[in-house]
Amino acid sequence: MNDMPKCFVTEVPALVFDEVSFTHRGQRLLGPLDLRLEGCRRTLVMGPNGAGKSLLMRLAHGLLTSSSGRLRWEGPTPRQAMVFQRPVMLKRSALANLTYALAVNDTPRSRRRLLAREALERFGLAALEKRPARVLSGGEQQRLALARAWLTRPEVLFLDEPTSALDPAAIKAVEDAVLEFHAAGTRIVMSSHDLHQARRLADDVVLLNAGRLIEHTDAATFFTVPSSREARAFIRGELVL
Amino acid sequence: MPADANAFQTALALILGMDPVLLGIVALSLQVSLSAVLIAALLALPLGAALALWRFPGRGAVIVALNALMGLPPVVAGLTVYLLLSRAGPLGQFGLLFTPTAMVIAQVILILPIIAALTRQQIEELHGEYREQLRSLGVSRPRMIPTLLWDARFSLLTVVLAGFGRASAEVGAVMIVGGNIDGVTRVMTTAIVLETSKGNLPLALGLGLVLLGLVLLVNAAAYLVGETARRRLG
Repeated sequence: MNDMPKCFVTEVPALVFDEVSFTHRGQRLLGPLDLRLEGCRRTLVMGPNGAGKSLLMRLAHGLLTSSSGRLRWEGPTPRQAMVFQRPVMLKRSALANLTYALAVNDTPRSRRRLLAREALERFGLAALEKRPARVLSGGEQQRLALARAWLTRPEVLFLDEPTSALDPAAIKAVEDAVLEFHAAGTRIVMSSHDLHQARRLADDVVLLNAGRLIEHTDAATFFTVPSSREARAFIRGELVL
Repeated sequence: MPADANAFQTALALILGMDPVLLGIVALSLQVSLSAVLIAALLALPLGAALALWRFPGRGAVIVALNALMGLPPVVAGLTVYLLLSRAGPLGQFGLLFTPTAMVIAQVILILPIIAALTRQQIEELHGEYREQLRSLGVSRPRMIPTLLWDARFSLLTVVLAGFGRASAEVGAVMIVGGNIDGVTRVMTTAIVLETSKGNLPLALGLGLVLLGLVLLVNAAAYLVGETARRRLG
């Protein structure tokens, strides 16, 4: 699973963090850190609660602006989507939630339903098309969020602890979906605090602790011979201090 | 027999007998208040939503002003419109004073701040929940307005109803700019005032009952719509 993946689409530009930090009300919550995310890899951002995983993802996706330092794409800004820990669904049917995303990115009206139905089918939600999105189960909503992301044909997909509130079957469905995105040529940047999940999915691992970057290494190296003391402790399942 | 019981009987007879004078007054009341609510909602819903989404200097002052105007005394609204529309006023040339149009204008001024201020609150709350997702999807702010208004539609129904309640119940503004002219600008509330002062309690009471009934009916309908939808859509 950790072999170097091929990119099926044109090379996605690298995302470079240059001394990026984020400060809120005088308190530094992240950084300053240097980081380079490139290729069509599956990057797992790991670390305990409060390590700054969500902040890192939001800065990368552009939902937050860094307080200092520079964050840049080496090339044109790619199409991106983000799947959140708790999916936010509009108060409409599952299908309407998808056609909305298509309307926003200017897909012609005549094609929206067809594309939305295809996406529902792909993520096993075809039978739920007419159901109000907000009464779906957590797992179904997360799959719907993935279907919505799929429709924007992202070159980079951010996932912020997408499985932390789900049962094993739903987790499996989300992980399968992630692999499907990846197979279609999407770079994956996903945060998680689940080591097993990281072993299953990661090409490389970014380990954060208390807002600092501890290490960024290939998954194979990270799980066998981690270079930092914190990473060794983290893998043994001890709390990083 | 006390006069009140007598008045009740007469009132019921007027209502059940579909008295044409009573019907005319009820119809005009509905026409004026519903027009005012429609116009005010069309203006105030996008305005409230925009106020929730945009940050600009003086935004706080605008919100405070709107909130304060929610309590605008109807007679003051009426007086303002009266001054604007009277022969010597800036809009006097249109000859609108003492017409139903003038009453609609006064009521729009009265309820627009209510709908706008409450919409601002509702949309700001919903936006807090949706913000990251909408930005992630690349939704522009002008585009967020219809999205958020539609997704808040059930709570906004209650907001619009609050406006309708205010419009149909107020008497000060329509009295000043309408003049309570029989068959032209006489609505339920102004008629109740007039008939009470004349001592014609049966008609006053009949009108009062109809007014109560209408408001009750509209609110019950809205409650049912809202509850069913909330249950279905989560």
